[in-house]
This record gives sequence, C-alpha cells and structure tokens, in this order.
Amino acid sequence: MNTTPLVALVGNPNAGKSALFNALTGARQKVGNYPGVTVERHSGRMALPDGRPVELIDLPGAYSLDPGSPDEQVTRDVLLGRQQGERLPDAILTVVDASNLDNHLRFTLQLIALGLPIVVALNMVDLAERDGLKLDPEALERELGVPVVSTVAVRRRGLDALKERMAEMVKGVTKIRPSPGVQHDIVLLQRRARQIATAVTVSETAARRWTHRLDALFLHPVAGPLILLGTMFLMFQAVFAWSQVPIGWIEDGMKWLGTEVGTALPDGVFRSLIVDGVIAGVGAVIVFLPQILILFAFILVLEATGYMVRAAFLMDRVMASVGLSGRAFIPLLSSFACAVPGIMATRTISDEKDRLTTILIAPLMTCSARLPVYTIIIGALIPDRAVLPGIGLQGLVLFALYLLGILGAFVVALVLRRTVTKGATSGFMMEMPKYQWPSARDVLLGLWQRALIFLKRAGTIILYTTVILWALLSFPKPPEGSTVSKVDYSIAGRIGSGLEKIVAPIGFNRDMALAVIPAMAAREVAVAAIGTVYAVDNPDDAAGEESIREQLQKHWSLPSALAFLMWFVFAPQCISTIAVTRRETNGWKWPAFMVGYLFALAYVAAGITYWSAIGLGL
Amino acid sequence: MNASAAIPVPVRLAQLHRHAPGTVAGVDWDQLAEPEARRLRELGLDEGVEVELLHRSGLFGGPLACRIGRMTVALRRHVAAAIHVTPLARQA
Repeated sequence: MNTTPLVALVGNPNAGKSALFNALTGARQKVGNYPGVTVERHSGRMALPDGRPVELIDLPGAYSLDPGSPDEQVTRDVLLGRQQGERLPDAILTVVDASNLDNHLRFTLQLIALGLPIVVALNMVDLAERDGLKLDPEALERELGVPVVSTVAVRRRGLDALKERMAEMVKGVTKIRPSPGVQHDIVLLQRRARQIATAVTVSETAARRWTHRLDALFLHPVAGPLILLGTMFLMFQAVFAWSQVPIGWIEDGMKWLGTEVGTALPDGVFRSLIVDGVIAGVGAVIVFLPQILILFAFILVLEATGYMVRAAFLMDRVMASVGLSGRAFIPLLSSFACAVPGIMATRTISDEKDRLTTILIAPLMTCSARLPVYTIIIGALIPDRAVLPGIGLQGLVLFALYLLGILGAFVVALVLRRTVTKGATSGFMMEMPKYQWPSARDVLLGLWQRALIFLKRAGTIILYTTVILWALLSFPKPPEGSTVSKVDYSIAGRIGSGLEKIVAPIGFNRDMALAVIPAMAAREVAVAAIGTVYAVDNPDDAAGEESIREQLQKHWSLPSALAFLMWFVFAPQCISTIAVTRRETNGWKWPAFMVGYLFALAYVAAGITYWSAIGLGL
Repeated sequence: MNASAAIPVPVRLAQLHRHAPGTVAGVDWDQLAEPEARRLRELGLDEGVEVELLHRSGLFGGPLACRIGRMTVALRRHVAAAIHVTPLARQA
C-alpha cells in the first residue's frame, strides 16, 4: 500500500495552480490518465522541510464542486474519494487569486466544508498589489479558520512558508473524517465569500489596472484583430525561419552518424537495417523537432500570458458563424502543433455538441507532423521562384495548404452543426485572466515534456514502422541478374502495386501508395517511408534529404505531387488522433465517423486536384 | 416612467456606456440556458455586485468584455442583455 501522503492541489482556473504545481514539484512530474475518463492526471513528488515525501496531484481547475465539464467532474470525484484509480487525498492545498478573493473564496469555502485538512495559498499577491489591493492574510486565516500562506508561484515566493504549513497539515493525518457534505447553495456561499473578501481587504486604491490598459489595445475593435493576425503570422513565420539552423545541425549529425555507422559495420542485411531503416527513417523525423518546439513555445507563452483568452474573445464572432464558440479557438490553435493535445483541450468546452464538433474538425488543422511531408514535397517539386517581391511560390503553396485546412474545417463545422451535431447554439462565457509575464521555467518545463513525448514517439512507433517497412521493402530479394528493381520485387512493392489500383484514379503512383500506408502510424512517417523506399533502391546513396529530393523529381509528376499534398490536408493519417478521439468520445462511433468523412474528403480533394492540374497542363 | 436625474433607472448591461459602472439590479434568469445561468452565478454575478462594460468586440455583434466585481468576463450579448444594471451616480 502506498503510504506517502497524497495532497490534492485544487483551485479556480487562472488562480496560478499549475505554476504552483511546477514550483513545488519541479521536473519530478508524471503525466498519466485516470482510468475510464480522459482527463490527464498530473502528479509529482515534493519533499517537506522535514524530509518527508508527499505526492501532489494537480486536479483540473474548477469553479465549484458542481461539475460543469468532464474536467470539473474529476476534481469533485477525487475530492469525494469516488474517482476510480485514485485514493482519497489526505489533505488539500487550495490556491486562490489574491485579487479575485470575492470569487475564489466561494470554492475555498466549499472545500473547507469537505472536512479534509487544508492549506490556502493566497497566490499572485504581487499582481494584487500592482492593482492597488492590499490584503491582510492573518485576517483571512481568522475568517476561514484554516492556515493561509501568501505566495507568488511564478516567482517562487512564499514556497518555504507554504511547505512548513503543509508539513503541519500532514503531520497527524488520519483518514477518518466527518461525513463530507457538499455545500451546493452557490448564492449563499458567494455572499459569505464577499463578506470575507471585504473583511480582509486593508485598502483598495483605484489604481489604473495594467490589464485594462493592455485590453484597451488587444481588444480594440480594429487594432485587436490586426494584432491577433500579426501574432499568428509571426508564429508561423518563426516555425520556419527560426528552425533552419537547428535543423541543419540535426541533419548534419544524422548524416555523420549514417556514414560512421555505415563504415563501421560490415556490409550486409544488418547494416542496411541500421543505415537505411533506422537512421534514415528516424532521422527524417527527428529533424522536425525544432519546428514542433517553436510552435509549442508560442502556444505555451500565449497561454501563460493570458493572451489566449483574448484571442478566443476576438474569434468568438467568427466561430459563432459556423456554430462554434470562441472557446473552440484554443483547442484548434493547439491542433496546429498536434491534434492530440488539441482534442484533449476541448474538455474545457462544456457544451457536448460544441465539443464534439471541435473534436471532429481538429484533425483538419495542419499539425506539425504534416510539415515534414509538405516541406519535402514542396521543396522538391514546386519551383523556387518569387511570385511577388518577397513572396516565394513555395511559401505561398505552403500557406495555401494551411488555409485550405482551416477553410475545410469551417465548412465541415457548418455542415456538422446543421446535421449530425445539431443543437442549440452554445454560449461563450470565459473569465479573462490578468496579463502576466510568463515564467521561463514553466515554459521550458512544458517544452521539455513535449520534446520527450515527440522523441519517445520517434523512438517507438516511428522506429517500428520504419523497420517493418524496411523489411517489407527488402525481402524477398530479386534473383541475381534480374532486371526488376529491388522494391518492385519486395513484399511492399507488391502491396503497393495492388493499392495503386485504388489510388491511381487520383494520380498516385506506387511509391505514394506505399508511403501512405505506414503514414497511418504518424504522418511524418511518410517522409521516412519515401526515404526508405529510395534508400533501399539505391544502397550506395547516403539517405539524406538531398537524395530524396532528387528521387522525387525523377519519379513524381507535379499533378501527382499536388494530389499527394491535398491528400495530406484531409486524410486522418494518425493512429494517435483516432485513439484520443475514441477516448474523448467514449466509443468507436465518432472516431469511425471522423475517419470515414476525412478519407472521403481526402480522396475527392486529391482527385479534383490531380485532374484539374492535368487539365491546366501542369 | 419619469426618470429623474437623482434616481437612476436600471438599464441592460449590454446597453451600458463603456466604463460607466453600475450595480446589478436583477437578472432575467429564465432568459438564459441552465448551464449559462449556473456559470454566470459561478463567475460571481449576483444582485448588488458592481459591473462595468469594458469592451465590445468588433462590429458584427461579437461578445462583450465586462467586469464583474474584480473579475473580467467575456459574455455574449444576449447574456449581457439579461442583466439589469443600476448605473452608479457619476462622481464629479
């Protein structure tokens, strides 16, 4: 039995809960899942001043113990000891925003009534002071009857005092407690919370708030949308421009590794496996780590500063026109990095139909895994010339692919909201947190976790699929003196020729058909697959990007390449996305629907593109 | 009704002038969907609470940013239209 005391970290959204969690546990965190539900379980270990370990779980932010979303339900169930796979916490650490006491204390009162030992972290006292609000923490402690500690989690202030109080709290923990009662009368709690807030406020000057000043700019009817557009532009520009140098390093490293290993190993099947299969395949994917990290860095910073909610505010009108709300903007923007966290982020959408629609269109946002496919094909087959000064044709095609995904998503949302996910238009009601300078530590921690997930994927799924593909491509070997190419003679070549019949009407050749199959595991594998196909055919060639480019120019026509790009705009080529959709929608019905409609769209769009390109004489 | 300068008449939050705070006089809860009403209560909206219209988004009837107590909240217009506000007397 696990005897480490379990402390639940609870609080309103925007109270700075995750920052406190990071500050207390550092990198000693584990991200898992609760069985049966889709909510991520964040836990971490921390040491108390006396050396005792404590397990801290970061529960989803909630406004009360009356859940309005799947996230909030987990928070309630854990605190009542009803959550499957989680023991009843021994104590509660609750976080309140110092400048929002009249609201956040309501939840605190509800938590205190549960009867578990509890400590209150009065967080973001610096921002409250900046806004001209002076509080008396001791008075708050008297009013609430539980320990209160002032903290600034992002600046790691007040943590030692907090740990001291936590140590006292878990000292004599016994699991017996008075029968927990949930106080449901929000209005009553709210009035009590306001009384307390007034009682502990020492002074309140009407200092012009920073947040209001910034909002006057960021929410301005004209300037606001322009700034949002500029931010998005900067973000995508950065993904390409800033990543070139680190990508170069990784490429050089992989090339060096391939040559070194190639010369060190004796010629044979094993060398072919390592060099053509593992290094060429995994290397082709790892080069995209810089782009993915830059994209995530932007998203993490936009969230931490509080700007993301402003973006949702500005986008609400547009989203409402296709039957969604501004809230859907955040998961959809995250989906540009990866649909998996994007789909998980839909949990904050309380309306079921609204949430389902957002999940179903999230895969249409151009995720970072498509980038490798797009860049390599555009680089190889779209001429590198300027359309207008400063605007290259290659960049324009890439932009068009992104835009097409967004337009596709809007049209699909519009259709879905009138058919399968029909329902009353959902609302849009969001707390707009104060602007805050993000802590570099929190952003780096988030990036570190993303990098690990990506590298783990490259090391497992992508590694296995490229090795299997390499095997299928390498065996059986054609007899000596045969004129048939190695790939044509292999199992994979034969599968590819069979598939070619299905995809020939949309302009795909055998190699494309071959690349599409392993890309089901993850889209970026398509690049690895193309790399492996041509590496197996030309074992003398170092399987760098240069050679893939030349091979593409030799084997692919422009209409076929455009059709292939179009296929990747729509096709649901990602098992992780399908799996997360199944988890989030509790069944196979919606993932099956999603896969079906996306493949149909991909096939039709690729076909139209191919035949239009042929018709235009490209 | 005869609105004298001394006794302000409640107006809807959606029609309030920007940066002219008032206190909530009443809410047409029955005009709101149940989850909307509950979330609005959770965000601290109640009779007597000070509110203020901060920003309107765009030209085409987008959401409003309002202050409820010390919190800034984004609301759609039909919600703001259900909230009746007594404007605070202007300070000289």
